[in-house]
Amino acid sequence: MAETAYTGRISVDPITRIEGHLRIDVEVKDGIITSAWSSAQLFRGLEMIVLGRPPEDVHHYVQRACGVCTNSHSLASIRAVENAVGVKPPPAAELVRHLILGMLNIHDHLVHFYHLHALDFFDMATALKADPVAAAKLATQVSGREVPPGDYFMVQAKLKKFVESGQLGWLTNAYFLGGHPSYRLTPEENLIMAANYLEGLRVQVKLARAWAIFSGKNPHAQTMQVGGVTCYESLKPERLAEFKALFEECIPFLKHNYMGDLVLIGRRYPEACIYGRTTNFMDFSDFHDPETGKNPAFRGGVMWKRNLKQVEEFDPKALKEDVTRSWYKTTEAKHPYEGSTEPVPGEFDPSGKYSWVKAPRYKGESVETGPLARQAIAYARGDKATTTFMNAWLSACSLKPENMFSTVGRTAARMVETLVLIDLINGWHKDLTARAKHPDVEIYKPWKMPDKARGVGYVVAPRGGLSHWIRIEGGKTANYQMVVPSTWNLGPRCAAGKPSPVEESLVGNPVADPERPVEILRTVHSYDPCIACAVHVIHAGGEKTFKVL
Amino acid sequence: MSSSLRVSAKLLDRQLEGGRMSRRDFMKFCGIVAAAMGMPAAFAADVALALETKKRPSVIYMHGAECTGCTEALLRSIDPYIDTLIMEVISLDYCESIMAAAGHAAEKALEKAMKNPEGYFCTIEGAIPMKQGGVYGKVGGETMLSLFSRVAGGAKGVIAMGTCASYGGVQAAAPNPSGAVGVGEAFAAMGIKPINISGCPPNPINFIGTVVHLLTKGMPELDAVGRPKMFFGSTVHDKCQRRKHFDAGEFAPSFQSKEAREGWCLHLLGCRGPYTFNNCPTAQFNQSNWPVRAGAPCLGCSEPGFWDQYAPFNRDVLMKGEKA
Repeated sequence: MAETAYTGRISVDPITRIEGHLRIDVEVKDGIITSAWSSAQLFRGLEMIVLGRPPEDVHHYVQRACGVCTNSHSLASIRAVENAVGVKPPPAAELVRHLILGMLNIHDHLVHFYHLHALDFFDMATALKADPVAAAKLATQVSGREVPPGDYFMVQAKLKKFVESGQLGWLTNAYFLGGHPSYRLTPEENLIMAANYLEGLRVQVKLARAWAIFSGKNPHAQTMQVGGVTCYESLKPERLAEFKALFEECIPFLKHNYMGDLVLIGRRYPEACIYGRTTNFMDFSDFHDPETGKNPAFRGGVMWKRNLKQVEEFDPKALKEDVTRSWYKTTEAKHPYEGSTEPVPGEFDPSGKYSWVKAPRYKGESVETGPLARQAIAYARGDKATTTFMNAWLSACSLKPENMFSTVGRTAARMVETLVLIDLINGWHKDLTARAKHPDVEIYKPWKMPDKARGVGYVVAPRGGLSHWIRIEGGKTANYQMVVPSTWNLGPRCAAGKPSPVEESLVGNPVADPERPVEILRTVHSYDPCIACAVHVIHAGGEKTFKVL
Repeated sequence: MSSSLRVSAKLLDRQLEGGRMSRRDFMKFCGIVAAAMGMPAAFAADVALALETKKRPSVIYMHGAECTGCTEALLRSIDPYIDTLIMEVISLDYCESIMAAAGHAAEKALEKAMKNPEGYFCTIEGAIPMKQGGVYGKVGGETMLSLFSRVAGGAKGVIAMGTCASYGGVQAAAPNPSGAVGVGEAFAAMGIKPINISGCPPNPINFIGTVVHLLTKGMPELDAVGRPKMFFGSTVHDKCQRRKHFDAGEFAPSFQSKEAREGWCLHLLGCRGPYTFNNCPTAQFNQSNWPVRAGAPCLGCSEPGFWDQYAPFNRDVLMKGEKA
């Protein structure tokens, strides 16, 4: 597929439009990537900072691991402590948390697609050449949502004014400027995407407004506490109605524009619906029944070798973290409860150590986590909502189920997950509204901190399965571990030389223009990297060994 | 869909919400920013004139040791919306979170912006790791410490966005493993005095209002810890909606209590509002809420060192340090 037969090394640093600091290096032969290295470039040390602090306070600190997936770390921490102290929040509190986590996932997927990823596929400058009437007709047809051509005249006028100002701002040096062989959308399709990029910016504000009714503010929720939530005021009828009205206003964009745009991309980039795949998948369960704590709406599991006919249960004991290729003193791979870590800060060395991220492995294998893993597992289990939305996208693009295992498929899985979540959120909201009618509805349950305990909290975060592990001694945090999605997806190789999912999926990608390697961005962005989350436990000084459970 | 009235209302809504700002919206934004700055309504016209007649000022936005929550907060701005901000008010010439270019093309965009003959403003989100020469944070192979000193050193003005950039933030909490500090401390020797827009996250209106002030009236008046007085001039407690309960001595003793349910004061649950300067009660977050309204005690997130000095959280300040 490559237009030039480039052979050599390409280093992209910084990778932009992600959370955190990431460098990607690839080896290219005849225009095709043959090898890749993923390297995290920042260390903060949050897990050390929480040591000795009250366990019930830790969620405030670790939530600051990431302002993008914000509430997921808070919730994982709270669940770990609740697991350790043995408290189950009242059902209404669980529903508030479901709504917060559900809104987080939807919001994150929307912003990821339009504002962090879409510029890898569409060319905003070429949108100026489009016929707005033809574009409106196409958009109406693809999305099923009527677009008045006047809208597109206005978007074009806004873009024109911006481009003619001569100050391209955040589009300066974009890979698509001046034309790029790997950008394939027509001017009309580019105009549709540009309009949705702008409208998406407005929709995400509204989603966050609805979400903050329960979280208190966004980003960084403050209402979730060990034992429940604090937001009695959010359960008033007018506040529940306010949420409902705001959410309803966002749904047409999510259902029609988001799906329609993934269809445009799936049709124009068929090769990116083949390359970018990985082999094994894993994710956790979440959104359990608020009364019983059973029957999760998202049911986790493990899938080997892209086998859509078989899913097995996740076994927490089969997880080990390898540091052979990370900037730590090499030891054998260990479970998070048993490992010890000693940092060895160094330079990027592709044949040795090259990242701050560790390499987690499940049963010794590299596994991908995230919306694709979740939706593929749900698809394999025959989940009705997932199957309906995934098949709708696949058939609109003339693709087969195996095409979900690809760069574009990974991105489409987020859209499918968003559509699945819409109905779930409406259901939780309805349930909460009914419970909130009781004047004495409980949202917080008191608990007592034990002297000694340990616990784990699992969350389906926007980027995949997230787990926090805490050990409590003397009523304080004695040890803390975060095993996060981007560690699984964007880590380095392990002792056995097995590449991480992102490293595996870059192999076989074409690179049309080594100066502007947009194909690398497409595949890397398809994971929605969150590097601040991924870099964890090390001791900065390096002068002593930091023990991990 | 059946009623024509409904369709036209929908269309109007989409035009307002869909990224097409009219002159009326622009004036509304100028008015709201003027009000947030504590200026009389007539000042809105000055704001509009200043923003419309000038070439859009260049802003370089750097990310240090952070969580990107401040950028996310800025994305939630509605006065103006972010697309209006970056297409009609400022020229956001470098910002890793949203910029189209990556790798060398991004580095070139930064070099170009730094050579802008008209100069540029520098915004930094995140703390700066100082330990071992700053090796714990790099961008394009250069330490943040080195890169940011060049960018901030050449800027017409420096804004520290959020508590991390202002005072070090969460990664600077004990034992501060990477030696993280705020912008002012990192570059004090260079004579750099940033405007600190603290908060975790900061309220976007406080950033926008500061930018508008810089463009229209120059440097805003700052408090002792470098924050614009127009936004950080009173405590969270001063304008809190639960203040009447405080004054009446009505305190919620626990999160499950009847008093908590009825919205009484959260002082005994560890609210740090009386010691925290910010405009949360009036500015609110996301146009819909703020922590105390939602029953969550203020953490003091806009104060220097709050992660250590105001912790442990969720307990009365008098019991601070004791086991709850």
